[in-house]
Amino acid sequence: MLRQILAVSSMSLRSIPQRLGTSLVIVVGIGGVVAVLVALLSMSKGFEYTLKGTGSDARALLLSAGVTAELSSYIGPDSVPLLRELPGVRRGADGKPLASAEIVVITELRRHGGDVNVALRGVEPAGIAMRPEVRIVEGRLFRPGLQEVIAGRSARQQFSGLQLGARLQFRGSQWTVVGIFDSGGDAHESELWTDADTARSAFGRPGASGVLAELAPPDPATALQTLKNAVTADPRFQVDVQTERHYFTAQSQGFTEQITLLTAVVTAIMAFGAVFGALNTMYSAVSARQSEIATLRAIGFSGLPVMVSVLAESIALALAGGAAGGALAYLLFDGMSVSTLGQNFTQVAFSFAVTPGLLLRGMAWALAIGLIGGFFPALRAVRLPVADALRAG
Amino acid sequence: MPAIVSLRDVVKTYTRGKQKVEVLHHLSLEIPQGDFVALMGPSGSGKTTLLNLIGGLDRPTQGEVTVAGERLDRLGSGQLAKWRARHVGFVFQFYNLMPMLSAERNVELPLLLTHLNKAQRRQNVAAALAVVGLSDRAKHKPAELSGGQAQRVAIARALVADPTLLVCDEPTGDLDRATADDILHLLQALNRTHGKTIVMVTHDQKAADFASHVLHLDKGQLVEGQTAAA
Repeated sequence: MLRQILAVSSMSLRSIPQRLGTSLVIVVGIGGVVAVLVALLSMSKGFEYTLKGTGSDARALLLSAGVTAELSSYIGPDSVPLLRELPGVRRGADGKPLASAEIVVITELRRHGGDVNVALRGVEPAGIAMRPEVRIVEGRLFRPGLQEVIAGRSARQQFSGLQLGARLQFRGSQWTVVGIFDSGGDAHESELWTDADTARSAFGRPGASGVLAELAPPDPATALQTLKNAVTADPRFQVDVQTERHYFTAQSQGFTEQITLLTAVVTAIMAFGAVFGALNTMYSAVSARQSEIATLRAIGFSGLPVMVSVLAESIALALAGGAAGGALAYLLFDGMSVSTLGQNFTQVAFSFAVTPGLLLRGMAWALAIGLIGGFFPALRAVRLPVADALRAG
Repeated sequence: MPAIVSLRDVVKTYTRGKQKVEVLHHLSLEIPQGDFVALMGPSGSGKTTLLNLIGGLDRPTQGEVTVAGERLDRLGSGQLAKWRARHVGFVFQFYNLMPMLSAERNVELPLLLTHLNKAQRRQNVAAALAVVGLSDRAKHKPAELSGGQAQRVAIARALVADPTLLVCDEPTGDLDRATADDILHLLQALNRTHGKTIVMVTHDQKAADFASHVLHLDKGQLVEGQTAAA
């Protein structure tokens, strides 16, 4: 039986060039579906990578109870020193807690002729020290007391006017870009950073949006629990504690859910059309090969190899379309940098990520469309009365 | 000689729209083993229908069809396919070769349904092509062959698995006279020297003259039988 299947399928595949025009309907149709699917998902994946790649499980972020974004959080100046001293927070060589009371405000920058919201983060020296992933790649770090900022590398790529030495106007005061930093392509690279006390003074916010604290070794998970217990036990604090990574991962959830839903709807509609294209093409193929199929059946080939051969042709064309669509999405979108509004109402720059997993997912869709599009014509091929088909051929 | 083909009280009805059309009316027939029979008759007389029943391509609406000792009217389509692979070689008017395959790959097709290994298949294909005089065209594709050569390849394909019966539907209908005569001589030789039983549908009296017997069908019934002159 395997020999029959291989022989008939090989004939079917070798006859494709004779029906190149109609065969291209499947390739192009499914290629389009896969390209759109992979492109949309690569946007979601890129955003997810950026946010999930931000932060560390060894650092805790303390925000006002119940808030989901740093921008909505505010911890009063009285609570900040107390929070720094809680058990579970790591201490530096000087015995001081490794904690940074940070302030996040929205600033406006220009992009492609329009204004966009960009986060300005006020960071304490400990905030720089406990983030080894942050490196100054051009210029220098801001100086305390001066209205100086450093810009993330992604921010400089996405927004105008962030070159070294550029002057920025925020709330009536002028700030100078003195450095560009790299943090491994994470969400912080979409931000501007400055000295926390300078920001507090300039923006009139004496407290902090949140407190970032390094968790005490040797086990950050145990230290996190200790910190949570301490916060819960003290009625002065209305604060939620989570790891920094957990916070940023949760930030990506809403966007990825929306994109996933959009992708599902768009892909389903396109796939529906592609299935009909495939059905039409394969019905034409069966019709064009009616005489060949009937001859094989007359010789004694059974229905299964004929059915498999039609499916093999449909699947081969579908996979070719899938590969073309995946390649197109990869060439056009992989690594393409864009930015979108994050949950802080500020822009988050990220790059489309066409991953092997997404390409496989695209191929799986192509395979499914090919199978559905080939199944009914394959059934017709098997049910074709041999005598009638021979006469018609 | 014992009958290799036996039809008893066969009725074949087709449904066209709401109408039922009886193509064969209570037809009975016996063809002895080793015979070369030509089926003649006007269009619509039921020649091809009868040939399809004998070749196991179709089943009767009523009656018994026994070929090579098997009651074909009792077999399902899968069983019929297996039976055809073992017992019947088909030759069609338009050759029905696979255009993407070379002559030898076309001839090999029926052998893919056997247990022969590649070397044995190659040997049988070469022998069949030698019988039809086309050893030098083994690597050519159908488009590179003349009509007569293509039909010879089709005959080699029909012969290669050593079937009990050759079923030929207008085998010379698409050929000029001289080429048609070559093909008919070949069929006659297969019948006379290789003992193949042949049932051939034809409109052409000259083709029918190559057969040992001619059966005339009219309106779904046998009207007379005669021995061919050749």
